[in-house]
Amino acid sequence: MPRLNSVKEMEDFRATCLAGRDANKPCLTVCAGSGCVAAGSLTVLEKLRAEVNKRGLEGQIDVKSTGCHGFCERGPVMIVWPEGTFYNQVAAKNVVDIVNSVSNGHKPVEALLYKDPTTGKKYEHEHEVPFYAHQQRVLFGNNGRIDPKDITDYLRVGGYQSLAKVLSKMTPDDVVDSITRSGLRGRGGAGFPTGMKWSLCRKNGKPNGHGEIERYVICNADEGDPGAFMDRSLLEGNPHSVIEGMLIGAFALGAKEGYVYVRAEYPLAVEHLKVAIQQAEEHGILGDSVLGSGMGFRLKIVQGAGAFVCGEETALIASIEGRVGEPHPRPPYPAQKGLYGKPTIINNVKTWASVGHIIGRGWEWYSSIGTEKSKGTMVFSLVGKINNTGLVEVPMGITLREMIYEIGGGIPNGRELKAVQIGGPSGGCIPADLIDLPIDYEQLTKAGSMMGSGGMVVMDDSTCMVDLARYFMEFLEDESCGLCFPCREGTQRMKEILTRICEGGGHEDDLQTLEDLGWVMKETSLCGLGQTAANPVLTTLRYFRNEYLAHIRDEVCPAKVCKKLIMYEIQPTMCNGCGACVAVCAGTAILGEKSKPHKIDQAKCTKCGACLEVCQPNAVLVS
Amino acid sequence: MPQVDTEAVTGLLAQFEERRSSLIPILQEVQNNYRYLPQPVLKQISVRLHLPLADVYHVATFYNCFTLQPVGKNLVQVCLGTACHVRGAPKVLDRVLSDLKLSQPGTTGDCEYTVRTVRCIGCCGLAPVVRVNDNTHPHMNQAKVKGMLKKYYSKQAARTSG
Repeated sequence: MPRLNSVKEMEDFRATCLAGRDANKPCLTVCAGSGCVAAGSLTVLEKLRAEVNKRGLEGQIDVKSTGCHGFCERGPVMIVWPEGTFYNQVAAKNVVDIVNSVSNGHKPVEALLYKDPTTGKKYEHEHEVPFYAHQQRVLFGNNGRIDPKDITDYLRVGGYQSLAKVLSKMTPDDVVDSITRSGLRGRGGAGFPTGMKWSLCRKNGKPNGHGEIERYVICNADEGDPGAFMDRSLLEGNPHSVIEGMLIGAFALGAKEGYVYVRAEYPLAVEHLKVAIQQAEEHGILGDSVLGSGMGFRLKIVQGAGAFVCGEETALIASIEGRVGEPHPRPPYPAQKGLYGKPTIINNVKTWASVGHIIGRGWEWYSSIGTEKSKGTMVFSLVGKINNTGLVEVPMGITLREMIYEIGGGIPNGRELKAVQIGGPSGGCIPADLIDLPIDYEQLTKAGSMMGSGGMVVMDDSTCMVDLARYFMEFLEDESCGLCFPCREGTQRMKEILTRICEGGGHEDDLQTLEDLGWVMKETSLCGLGQTAANPVLTTLRYFRNEYLAHIRDEVCPAKVCKKLIMYEIQPTMCNGCGACVAVCAGTAILGEKSKPHKIDQAKCTKCGACLEVCQPNAVLVS
Repeated sequence: MPQVDTEAVTGLLAQFEERRSSLIPILQEVQNNYRYLPQPVLKQISVRLHLPLADVYHVATFYNCFTLQPVGKNLVQVCLGTACHVRGAPKVLDRVLSDLKLSQPGTTGDCEYTVRTVRCIGCCGLAPVVRVNDNTHPHMNQAKVKGMLKKYYSKQAARTSG
């Protein structure tokens, strides 16, 4: 493994890597992101390797694992290069067919091609599949091509070229200027202009005894929003792109040390990042003299310990220092006084990964994507009641309609879209009638939500908005660090009130109390967690007030979710007496002879709803 | 439950720098080894890092991934992330608890299972999911719970319980 002592040596090494692989040699890339792994992709990978070896084709066909391709709904997914043939829902039993096809002139395996569920049309290449066709995959584009555990793969797709450009042709001022002009804003949620943050950091700091100004760069990968997994997928699939961004940031800010703060719940991301850092060190890309330039930069991984509040930058710093994750008031901002009291830049994973692209392709290119005030692409995790669950990277300004119907393939089971929850527990619910809203920072804030880190949960008419508000409040009550009063008490009181409404014990005055509490928390909480905690409640009150009133006035849950307000019954005319419900009933509440209509004993029914899940003839009715 | 070996812990502590920022990584390592934080170890950490025991406890009880209670043979983590929530995770959790005869998340009497809830393990595409030890079970529903739990029930326990 060569140690690269100059930009030129790296370029020579890149050329060697490129020459070492025949671009026309078939290569099977199997997604080994968390989603596909859970769906069995590792078995597929193992079988593919075994099959290739068995036929003595090791020299002629490459098999490798890559990071997340984004289309988790259809996992395990894989691509056959150089043709770019895209296979979905691959199982171990398909392995022989795949290897046959590759070794016999690349006629695609029909059964594994993506078939559009509505039109029935089959697609051969990834970029033609509707899920991908409407995306612009700047950050995620290489995920399906490279093995995240092999630095040479990253070099082959042009990796570390931006770092080389910075080291050989740019000054720190040029870098900050490019980032500022690109219009890049923080992808962690709040959308603070990245260039402005960097300039502020550069203005701060006092020289130490050696005449050096100590500064730190940190990557915030504490992706705590439940329902969001894009940071994980980027770290798992392309860790070097994040490292490259951080190196460029360190160059601009004069930082010698950096940290990646990553959730311990993401073991695969931690592992891939560890390997990437080690390989970058071995190649002289990280270390005492980055590519022989004399600039020193070391990167360390710090694993989070499970606290949502640590996504807040001051709490994150406290956690790295070994303290409890309690935030402190800003200013001073971390850019002025951060880790160990030194000026520190904390950016989200996607922000860091964007840096390399901006430097490499120029700020003019980047700022041409998106809307007037929100530039570039944004990554969303499109989840919930949607046909095509997965990771989606789109230019800013795309409408919700395009996201949900073109990319997401609409709502399953012919149900109707009710709302979209954007931005996790800090965000808000956007109702279906605002579906033509273009997605950017300003528009979402105007609608009462926020960009957040990119979680997008789609809900249909079977989701209760009051229950959802209660769910988020329960989460936030749990995760509030308890330091400041408005957040600690506010989340508790709001959860109590919402629970009461869900159980049919609400009063109309409660709605006013919820709004009052919400505004007090917004105005007076110490950190972003408390300031935004009321958003899910305030937006559901704003757009779905009638649903709250139905719970309170009529003691009815229109979505049939709130347990205390619903009842399960079996329609005797539709029941075929198969007994499937009896086997799953949690309360032994279902009575009846085999092959004859069954009945639910309401006194024993725990309302678990298992009978509804298993009933083939749809005889179970919720009222 | 593994016995606490004081010497082994001393060896483990020696791998970390004697500074405050080592506290969380040390606790994580101990949690990995013992699957909980035994009290004697917390005392050893406090001495080694020159931190008041109360400080160590403050950190150990603040973060969700630490626990002061021993964990059963199988750790069952039910994801309650938003995507899992809207696709029925609360019902799956209720079923896991009722099948294991627990009133709330915790450890079963025979120490076979510990049930915990987690807020998103990032497999939203497969919601609702349950992670048992290192295996992620996708697209869960109530009917699948029984079979899933049974798979992990140890043979030894089956023998002793007849």
